[in-house]
Amino acid sequence: MSITKDEVIHVAKLARLKFTDEELEMYSHQLDNIIKYVDKLNELNTDDVEPTAHIVPISNVFREDEVMPSMDREKILMNAKEKEDGCFKVPKIIE
Amino acid sequence: MELHELKIHELHELLKNKEVSAVDVTKAYLERIKEVEPQVDALISITEEYALKKAEEADKMIQDGNINDLTGIPVIIKDNMCTENIRTTCASKMLEDFVPPYNATVVENLSNLGAVMVGKANLDEFAMGSSTENSAFKTTKNPWDLSRVPGGSSGGSAASVAADECAFSLGSDTGGSIRQPASLCGVVGMKPTYGLVSRYGLVAFASSLDQIGPLTKDVTDCAIVLNAIAGHDPKDSTSVDKMRKKDYKEFLKEDIKGIRIGYAKEFFGEGLDDGVRESIESSLKIFESLGAEIKEISLPYLDYALAAYYIVSSAEASSNLARYDGIRYGHVATNYEDLIDMYMVSRSEGFGKEVKRRIMLGTYALSSGYYDAYYNKALKVRTLIKKDYEKAFEDVDVIVGPTSPTTAFKIGERVEDPLAMYLADVYTVPVNIAGLPGLSLPCGLSNDLPVGLQIVGRHFDEGIVLNAAYAFEKACNFNAKPSFKGGAK
Repeated sequence: MSITKDEVIHVAKLARLKFTDEELEMYSHQLDNIIKYVDKLNELNTDDVEPTAHIVPISNVFREDEVMPSMDREKILMNAKEKEDGCFKVPKIIE
Repeated sequence: MELHELKIHELHELLKNKEVSAVDVTKAYLERIKEVEPQVDALISITEEYALKKAEEADKMIQDGNINDLTGIPVIIKDNMCTENIRTTCASKMLEDFVPPYNATVVENLSNLGAVMVGKANLDEFAMGSSTENSAFKTTKNPWDLSRVPGGSSGGSAASVAADECAFSLGSDTGGSIRQPASLCGVVGMKPTYGLVSRYGLVAFASSLDQIGPLTKDVTDCAIVLNAIAGHDPKDSTSVDKMRKKDYKEFLKEDIKGIRIGYAKEFFGEGLDDGVRESIESSLKIFESLGAEIKEISLPYLDYALAAYYIVSSAEASSNLARYDGIRYGHVATNYEDLIDMYMVSRSEGFGKEVKRRIMLGTYALSSGYYDAYYNKALKVRTLIKKDYEKAFEDVDVIVGPTSPTTAFKIGERVEDPLAMYLADVYTVPVNIAGLPGLSLPCGLSNDLPVGLQIVGRHFDEGIVLNAAYAFEKACNFNAKPSFKGGAK
């Protein structure tokens, strides 16, 4: 398979990234090379193979539902550029 | 010998016998950092004030008779592990001024034992890369030849150990990021079994592959550091519970008679440097002379591991890095139109080229219409690779081979060709895919550059890997030191 410039534009939108025309050219070219390389996986017949998402066979890990101290609000907010009244501040989204 | 040249276990003897204080040791390393750092550029932060305070605390522990193997020992931490109130950048503009409000579990463990953090190491941005050239801040140089890369992504961690800027460092390894730089810098580096060491506070790259591990000056030190960082952590649900806590120092034995050592014929294919091949072949002879049984094995799916790895790791990265929206932490744009545009501009300004490339590849592989063709296919190939190893480990106890197909390459040589860069990880990636423990240690020189030997074991069988590595280290007696040649005038 190969990847077109239009597809790169679509994927960039999904990934919330913005590119200049020059960057789009570069990524289209480089991603196309990488995609062509990974296409070698199609040489393998995997019809009867189960996928492995995780190497350690663990399912849900539960703990007792106990009240524990949370991180201080001040600490949680300390890296935010915009904050107000103990909250993160974001641009207005509803007119 | 100068203090900065000593290994952890040698420094420990001096500290225990009160021949030196932890403050003396720390000052000697801070001095050494000032001397070599302008040439090597291994560090993003030097934590001098913090280190001197920690050293005083360590001296107090020693006075109180409360000394352990790491009390008063200087350490450098890769800058993708959170350190409370100390900037943690991931070598990214995105996190240039990020100050974590908590410690990673491994950092907390080392701190509790009295280890002294003297700095934070450079890396490829978000640990994505094999040369440390993808750092947004600086390019680390290889102490063996300053015109060459130290490997990556834990290039700063490996170079700082090779240059004696610390007694040991911590790195993280998603596809070889501890072992490959250890190989290129002539030090010992280990990626433990997935789940042995807590990932809490390690900035996530690919969560099903990432693992933290030590970079040290010898195998004994590797076992000492592994003792300190291994173990269950309730804050990381993938860290393995109900495992008996082992003392890895117990496996440091010279006797390996009867151990079955496998080498895969697939290791010796195209792309392997002649010098590396020769060193690996002599290493197999050393193992044989020690009484190990050498067996040829086959890992037929090895050739597909790199392709599967780049799909799986990039897919996980694209999800993990979705959190960088400029709101709670990280870089935020100043000029934007609306909320969505704020995300887009913040992310585009904050992330570097390689990180964007991986996010794009991962997003593509997970996108509607391609999920089955790429992501699910790669997960199926992951199963095949895992089974390859399971079959091989029916006949052998460890698998040895090259860590990297080449020695350290020139700075700039591969930056324009991402695929050529990815090939640096061809021998290390399958080990992450299968979640196995792998260790790299120096086994010789090729054109005055170190060659690394990789030893891989079964899940949670770090013991036999350390046993084989220790016996090999004694027999091989690699004692060359970096020359710091080739620097810019």
